[in-house]
Amino acid sequence: MGLAINAVFDELKIGPHNEDLHMTSPNVLEVDIWRGAEDGRFQRFRVPHRDSQTVLDVVTWVQRNLEPALAYRFACRVGMCGSCAMTVNGRPRWTCRTHVSKVSRDGALTIAPLRNLPKIKDLVADMTGFFEKWQSAGGRFRGTAGRRDPLARVPPDSAPRRAADAGIECINCAVCYAACDVVSWMPEYLGPAALNRAWTLVNDERYGERRELLAAVSAAGGCHTCHTHGSCAEHCPVEINPTLAIAGLKRASLAGFLRGSEP
Amino acid sequence: MKETRLYLLQRLSAMILAPLVLVHLGLVIYAVRGGLSAAEILSRTQGSLFWMLFYGLFVVAVAVHAPIGLRNVLREWTPWRGRGLDWALAAIACLLLALGLRAVAAVVL
Repeated sequence: MGLAINAVFDELKIGPHNEDLHMTSPNVLEVDIWRGAEDGRFQRFRVPHRDSQTVLDVVTWVQRNLEPALAYRFACRVGMCGSCAMTVNGRPRWTCRTHVSKVSRDGALTIAPLRNLPKIKDLVADMTGFFEKWQSAGGRFRGTAGRRDPLARVPPDSAPRRAADAGIECINCAVCYAACDVVSWMPEYLGPAALNRAWTLVNDERYGERRELLAAVSAAGGCHTCHTHGSCAEHCPVEINPTLAIAGLKRASLAGFLRGSEP
Repeated sequence: MKETRLYLLQRLSAMILAPLVLVHLGLVIYAVRGGLSAAEILSRTQGSLFWMLFYGLFVVAVAVHAPIGLRNVLREWTPWRGRGLDWALAAIACLLLALGLRAVAAVVL
């Protein structure tokens, strides 16, 4: 391990752009990474600290230089795909857009898989339950128009369109799901991401199964389970506010119930 | 539908309880100023339609509100679900209602 680090330091010293490669202090990060599944443990790695280094860079460096068997997920590296979310120093984060300098404590990082999901291996969590809940919450578009119908004209400034816009950029990273205490208490709770998706559909005038969707999100483990802690909104990397979306679902559910038309 | 109804009932009962609890706390502070005695309490409450309605409503709201909250807590902290849980909490609601109304009757009638 020490040899590998020295090799990298040597490389930095003799590199053609040596003066551009500022090594900030401390120069070495002490990184604890979760290894194994549920019954695993943390393993410590020493990783050179560089400027503008992301947590995903650190994990990748460990895998390429110290531990080829380290399992983790990533794809786009630019905050679009939602694959690389992990628990960093106790908080769920998108690691490709999380700078080490912002989150390390005295040059130390602790990296674990996302909370509230079964651990498969090392930093890889099983997302099956998370995505199944999207389906349980009715998170699949079902239109009313056929292919011969004209395209729907949705006014961009209408209130429903703006409400849908506020939640539509979700990247499915499950950071909100890992941040939610209610999910940790009640495994059947649909969670912020699935309910946020449902709220965007409720506000989509082309959507044809509003009534069924409200029934799904009003059942046990649905929107009324939310405690409005706001952890999802606090942690969402793309600054969506699922708490607000869930509040909207609660209102829509109650309105339907009082009208006697919907759950 | 059941969850939505329970959610609504818990919010409505909370809206009723909020002012009642404030008046109740104010009354407690007022009542203990010169020492607390059964005679003093009964002199205020016996035959009073106002306190009968006030605490009667209080008891009904509590009997609705508390079991729904307890149900949520139990569902979050234990694996208990389903009909057994609902019946147990309906029994707690009946118990709270009976004990509360009995207490109101004891000081008002």
